[in-house]
Amino acid sequence: MKLIFEKSIPGRGQDIFPICDVPICLPKAPHRNTKPRLPEISENEMGRHYTSLAKRAHGVNDGFYPLGSCTMKHNPKINEAMASLPGFVNIHPLQPPHTVVGANEIITELENFLCEITGMDAITFQPAAGAQGEFTGLLLIKAYLQDKGEFERNEILVPDSAHGTNPASATMAGFKSITIKSDAFGMVDLDDLKSHLGPKTAGLMLTNPNTVGLFDTHIMDITRLVHEAGGLCYYDGANLNAVMGIVRPADIGFDVIHMNLHKTFSTPHGGGGPGSGPCGCKSFLSPYLPGLTCKDGKTYTRAEKSIGNLTGFYGNFLVNIKAFTYILTLGSKGVPSVAKNAVLNANYMQEKLKDIYPVAFDTTCMHEFVISLQAIHNEKNISALDVAKALLDHGMHPPTMYFPLIVDEALMIEPTETESRETLDDAIEVFRDIYKMIIESPEIVAASPQTTPVLRLDEVKAAREPKLKYNFGE
Amino acid sequence: MGIFIPNTTDEQIRMLNDIGYKDFDDLFALIPDEAKFKGNLNIPMGKSEIEVTHTIESIANKNTIFRSIFRGAGAYNHYVPSAVNSISNKEEFLTAYTPYQAEISQGILQSIFEYQTMITELTDMDIANASMYDGASAAAEACAMCKDRKRSTIYVSEAVDKRILEVIKTYSFGRDTTVKVIPETNGITDKDALRKALDDDSSAACFLMQYPNYYGLIEDADTLCKITHDAGAQFIMSVQPLSLGVLKTPGEIGADICVGEGQPLGLGLNFGGPYLGILATTNKNLRKIPGRLIGETVDSAGDRGFVLTLQAREQHIRRDKASSNICSNQALCALKAGLYMATIGPKGLEQVSTLCSSKAHYMAEELSKIGMPLVYEVPFWNEFVTSCPNTDKLLSSLETKGILGGLKLEDGNILWCCTELNTKEDIDTVIAIAKEVF
Repeated sequence: MKLIFEKSIPGRGQDIFPICDVPICLPKAPHRNTKPRLPEISENEMGRHYTSLAKRAHGVNDGFYPLGSCTMKHNPKINEAMASLPGFVNIHPLQPPHTVVGANEIITELENFLCEITGMDAITFQPAAGAQGEFTGLLLIKAYLQDKGEFERNEILVPDSAHGTNPASATMAGFKSITIKSDAFGMVDLDDLKSHLGPKTAGLMLTNPNTVGLFDTHIMDITRLVHEAGGLCYYDGANLNAVMGIVRPADIGFDVIHMNLHKTFSTPHGGGGPGSGPCGCKSFLSPYLPGLTCKDGKTYTRAEKSIGNLTGFYGNFLVNIKAFTYILTLGSKGVPSVAKNAVLNANYMQEKLKDIYPVAFDTTCMHEFVISLQAIHNEKNISALDVAKALLDHGMHPPTMYFPLIVDEALMIEPTETESRETLDDAIEVFRDIYKMIIESPEIVAASPQTTPVLRLDEVKAAREPKLKYNFGE
Repeated sequence: MGIFIPNTTDEQIRMLNDIGYKDFDDLFALIPDEAKFKGNLNIPMGKSEIEVTHTIESIANKNTIFRSIFRGAGAYNHYVPSAVNSISNKEEFLTAYTPYQAEISQGILQSIFEYQTMITELTDMDIANASMYDGASAAAEACAMCKDRKRSTIYVSEAVDKRILEVIKTYSFGRDTTVKVIPETNGITDKDALRKALDDDSSAACFLMQYPNYYGLIEDADTLCKITHDAGAQFIMSVQPLSLGVLKTPGEIGADICVGEGQPLGLGLNFGGPYLGILATTNKNLRKIPGRLIGETVDSAGDRGFVLTLQAREQHIRRDKASSNICSNQALCALKAGLYMATIGPKGLEQVSTLCSSKAHYMAEELSKIGMPLVYEVPFWNEFVTSCPNTDKLLSSLETKGILGGLKLEDGNILWCCTELNTKEDIDTVIAIAKEVF
């Protein structure tokens, strides 16, 4: 398909701006000499261009999207309607506080809801995404420890099953990240944990349920051991969807948490963002929280020993409205019901697939499970990537591939609670058909996809000869 | 409430039984009892769509929508063309995630590739990434890009938005990097102070300035760039993208990195977010750029296609050695910015940039006629600072007439902002009210 620049015809365009009603006056400073080659295109042609692009994309609304760890649940339409209200979209972040009472009410109420769900005492909405939430949480830990004079605590323990953002965030926050092994059951290896705890421990970052979809049964011991060593416990809320209303991170010993509102709280993923990654903490960390807040409708205040700001204003406000709408809709009974059905749907699929696709850890999973294609790869030379690509020909978004790193040839499947039994049954059938094909004619699987707008793409070429923008034919 | 969960309670029980569980308690049996939350969540009972709508509408109505806005300072009241939201709200864009599966994500990938191209055209830089969270975090990440073994100190002009400086400092607290502020004189960066500071410091990594700066002033970026380069540091410009419709571009000036708040490109005021972090740089920084990059390649039949590329920089591959931890970005905002730039085109860009400038200059002149002269004698684009005999009184009088006046600065002066949405009539109204007040 053509790029928008290839559809551009000089002189075409759209009439947006009025004739200037005051004398034309340009700054008495150097002007640009280059002409930006932005598209010159009519609204009709532009509309069709983007419609073609939309047809070449796959969202939750296009079909099953069991992308593990990303919680691709349905995005309720009411969320969008509420976040588009003029009273939210047309307000300036620097308006006087008494003119944005409603906006600050949403922030305060959402903080109350999320505190109740996580058990934490305070929450900041500064972080724009989960990774920034992690960074924020680690800075809270750093500021707290430095405040206590414990500068030597510079190690963050991260399980080998963790998301890549965990060690990356630890580095950004100035910590050394220390990898903790998983045991034979996919849980934190307690002996390995103990051997790394000590006077240098700043904290532990843990996703629970972890990235193989299992709830760590030693969780109370883990958080106790870290605390005994003088460290803090960080809860990566990426998988909160599995336990909200069932387990509260603060109750099981976590001191700080981030949530991904675009996962657990149904705000759309937008092709990669904007998300929202609020960071919550227990009261002893709240003096360090970032950002300005307005709780009385009159004045903005900053926490006493605030770490500063992560974003320019108050984070991704409109995204937070969507999460607020969602929680208001679900209510106290709906929240745990989400977790229960997310876990049910995952176990249903796991149970119906595990006879042919070996699961990494054969036990009751939480909201997601990981299958390993290692044996199939050895036998038939069909990889996790091949299976993922074969799924594309069935109108399904593949699971997360090659993650977590502790499982070879991994496919991580997270159906979410918003999928019906029929959808799960259909997907199970597709997986089973593909398995049959692997046995009977693996070459077809290896050559997939065949029905997508493009075939397999040459990623090596993309990286070796980077072409990161359109070549206008210079 | 089983809302958004399609399976009925009966179906749920049948599914549970089908896979060997008695009930949900049985399903959750592996969670240790002491870890379980025993009570009921203390949040309201679920509500119907109509009730939720009424509740939230009534909260939204507590906010004041000003019919006329003369406040900027980092968030700008520009027009959002109808096509931008109508097209970007397509569910295929809205409900997709990061395009990990390129074959079924060409639409998202191509739209970002087009956005990357448009940003390089706007800024005259070599490459642009797929977006950062906002202008302030983009500035912080740009500073982090410049850090290496020998050079680590970050220099920032005092004339940048304090919010940007605050975020740079917060990120620097993380990386244990020193941030030094170059003082301003008469509203602009003190060049001699910059020269002296950089000459004395072989660890200087970069200098970041804002263009136009926080007071709306267009600083002598060419000279600041030369001073920075002479000292072997990288020059970072934080821009208001629409100003580049008329102003000399970061690429023409020789900047190493250009960042900016992309909000003016088709995003609403949104009470501060979601916005869009623009980050563009030169080819030599290719391997240090944070975040997603979309690259062109071919498929197995030789046809053009697009993929996420150079991922070896990123957290999911490099983990603790990654250039940044960024994963989710602001893709939908980048899509909107791309739509905005395609809608207005090169002609519209020049038009909107000229409108902003012209209105601001008209307003500045009218204000000076009634005793509110410009504070700084430096060229400006659409923001400017005037003195005011009684700032609080003027701003509250404007507020009662539905007008959000300029921002009161710490020294009592007012930072005004005009955009294409401020008509001559609106400006004249402000002048008339000001006359009445004083």
